[in-house]
Amino acid sequence: MAMTVHATSPQFKQNAARALADAQLQRALGNVKQGFIDKRQKAADKLPEFEALRDAARDIKNHTLQHLDLYLEAYEEKVKGSGGHVHFARDAEEARAIILSICREAGARTVTKGKSMISEEIEINAHLEANGITPVETDLGEYIIQLRHEMPSHIIAPAVHLNATQVEQDFRRVHTNLDPKRDLSEPVQLLTEARAVLRERFLAADVGITGANFLVAETGTSVIVTNEGNGDLTQILPKTHIVLASIEKLVPTLEDVSQILRVLARSATGQEMSVYTTFSTGPRRSADADGPQNYHVVLLDNGRSAMLGTDFEEMLRCIRCGACMNHCPVYHAVGGHAYGWVYPGPMGAVLTPSLIGVDKAGHLPNASTFCGRCESVCPVRIPLPKLMRHWREREFERHLMPATFRSGLAFWGFFAKRPALYRMATRAAMVTLGFAGRRKGRFTWLPFARGWTKYRDFPTPQGETFQARWRRERKGRRA
Amino acid sequence: MSARDEVFANIRRSLGVSGNETIRRQIAAERLERAPKGLIPARGQLPAEDRLAMFRVQAEAALATVTELNSAADVPQAIATFLRDHNLPATLRMGNDLRLTAMPWAETSLEISHGPSQGADLNAVSHAFGAVAETGTLVTVSGPENPSTLNFLPDNHIVIVSAKDVAGDYETVWNKVRFAFGKGGMPRTVNWITGPSRSGDIEQTLLLGAHGPRRLHVVIVRD
Repeated sequence: MAMTVHATSPQFKQNAARALADAQLQRALGNVKQGFIDKRQKAADKLPEFEALRDAARDIKNHTLQHLDLYLEAYEEKVKGSGGHVHFARDAEEARAIILSICREAGARTVTKGKSMISEEIEINAHLEANGITPVETDLGEYIIQLRHEMPSHIIAPAVHLNATQVEQDFRRVHTNLDPKRDLSEPVQLLTEARAVLRERFLAADVGITGANFLVAETGTSVIVTNEGNGDLTQILPKTHIVLASIEKLVPTLEDVSQILRVLARSATGQEMSVYTTFSTGPRRSADADGPQNYHVVLLDNGRSAMLGTDFEEMLRCIRCGACMNHCPVYHAVGGHAYGWVYPGPMGAVLTPSLIGVDKAGHLPNASTFCGRCESVCPVRIPLPKLMRHWREREFERHLMPATFRSGLAFWGFFAKRPALYRMATRAAMVTLGFAGRRKGRFTWLPFARGWTKYRDFPTPQGETFQARWRRERKGRRA
Repeated sequence: MSARDEVFANIRRSLGVSGNETIRRQIAAERLERAPKGLIPARGQLPAEDRLAMFRVQAEAALATVTELNSAADVPQAIATFLRDHNLPATLRMGNDLRLTAMPWAETSLEISHGPSQGADLNAVSHAFGAVAETGTLVTVSGPENPSTLNFLPDNHIVIVSAKDVAGDYETVWNKVRFAFGKGGMPRTVNWITGPSRSGDIEQTLLLGAHGPRRLHVVIVRD
C-alpha cells in the first residue's frame, strides 16, 4: 500500500508503560470509567427493543457488505443525479491528492473540518498545511488536540485524555490576542472562548470537510451525527463541501439508517439520539438561500475491500460508537494514545493490523484480557475477542512474536499436552504460592512476572487449583 | 485501471462475484425500492394526544423547552414573551415560510428580519417539517422557507411544529419526505434536532451551546 503511516503501534509496550506512569492521564481516564458505562446501560434499559435493534443493525450491515458493489453503484448514481461529484481513492495518498485538488480549485486558504477519523487515517491536515492551506478542526475535542499537535485518544471523545487545566494552558498559549488576565477556571469559560474563536473560522472558511457516519444508497445522502453542531456549520457555510468517507459506511435506505441510529447514540454516549443528525444530498438547490455550491464525496478504500470475504469482514460493520473502548479494562488503564495510531481500544486492536499490517500492530490484539465486555456492548455485535484471537494466530504463524514469548508458549504447550503432568505442576505451584503468600494475601513481586506485578498485585492462590476444585465440587454434587 | 474500477474489482474479487448476478441485483434493487421498515419501537406508537405528550417529555429530557398554543395567531406574542422572560433582545430572523410570515408579527414589538443567517443573529424561528415523539426530535428541511443556517448560527432557536405533524417514529416522517420530494428524492438537507447544542469534550462535563444554539425552544401549535 502506498502510504506513509506515522504509527507508534510497534512500541505499544513502551507507550503503555509511559501511560501507566502518567498521573495526569490516569486522572483523566477516570472520567471514561465513570461516565460512559452507566449512561449506556441506562439508555439500553430504557428501550425494550434495544437488543433486537442490535440484531437488526448487524443484519443491515451484513446485508450491505454482501452487496457492497451494487449499493455503491446506486449511491454514486444518486449523488451525481443531485448535482454532486464522487471520487474514488484506492489509498490514503490518492485521497489526499483528490482533496488537495478540490481545495485548490476552490482557491482555498482555510478549510474547516468536522470530526472525521478517516481524515486522521489519511493524515490530511499535514498534507494541506504542507501545501499552504490551513485546516481548522472545529469539534471542540479535535480543536484542542490540534492545538497540541496530538492524535485523538478516543474515537468519539478525542481529548478525553486531557484535564481542563491543560486545555486552559493551551488556550492561553494560542489565543494570544485575548486578555491574558481573563478567567478560564471553569470548563464553560473554555467552551465559550472556543465557540467565539471558531465562529470566525467557520464564517471565513473556503472549504468544509466532514466525514460521514453513513451514506445512503437510496438517495445519495451523506449523514453526520454531532452534538455540537460543528459538522453542520462546517458543511453549510463554505462554498464547497467535501465528504470524506470509507466505502463500508454505506447502507441501503433511509429506513436502514434509522434502525442503526437507534443503537448508535445509545451505545456511544447514552443519549437516546444525538443532538444533530444531518442528511445532506448534493449542493444547494436553485431556490436555496444557503448551503454549499459544490458537493464532493471522496470514497476511500485503503485496505477495506481486501477485508471482505476474510475473517475480518465483520469488522467492517463497525459504526464507530466507541462503546468497546469505553468498556475495555486495557483502554481504561493505558488510554488511546498507547495504541499508537488512529483507532484505539478493541476496535482499533482488530482494525489497525488490517490497515497498517500485523507486523506493525501485532501488540494491539495481544493487549486484551479477553474479558468479552467489548463484544457484549457492540451495537453491531462484532465478535472482537474472536477477531483479536485470529490476529494472534496469524502473528504466531508468521513468527512475529519475540523468541522468549514463543519459547514460553512452547513451555506451556509441553505441559498442556500432558494433563497429568500439568495438574501436578500447577498443584505444586499453587500450594507453594498459597503458602508463601498466606500472610499478606497478595504478592507485590513474583519471579519471571515482574512486568505483570509492576502495575498490580497478584492475589495469593487459595492452595487449590481450579481443576481440583471442579472435580471436588462435581463429586460433591453427585453424591 | 481507474481508481473507481479497481475499487469495484477488488470488492467483487473479495466477495467472489462478478456484479452481474441477476438474483443479487434483484435483491439490492428491491430493497432500495421497497425500503422495508425494520423494527419500530413500541414507545412512540400512541394515539395522537399521548404521542404529543411523549414528544414533549422526550424533548424536555433532551433539554429543550416546550410550550403549546391553540392557534398559530398566538405564536408571535408567545415568542415575544419568551424572549423578554430570558432577557433577550426583541429581534427575530426567519425564512419565507408562509406558515410563519402569515402570523400577526405586527401585534408585537419584535423586530423581524428575513433570510438566512450571516452569523450575527441572536434569535431565529423556523417551522418544522415534522417531529418524532420517540426521542423528542424535530425534523426541518432546507430551502428558502427555512434556511439551514437559522438552525445553527443563532444563540436561541425557536421551532414551530404543528401538533398534527408530530409522528411516533422516524419512518413516518421519511414517508412524508417521500411524499413531498418523490421516492429517492431529498431536499438538500434534512436536519434532525434533539435538544440544544452541547459538548462533553472537556472532562466529560456536559455544557450547552457548543457551536449551535444555547437554547432550543419548541412551540407546538394545535390547530
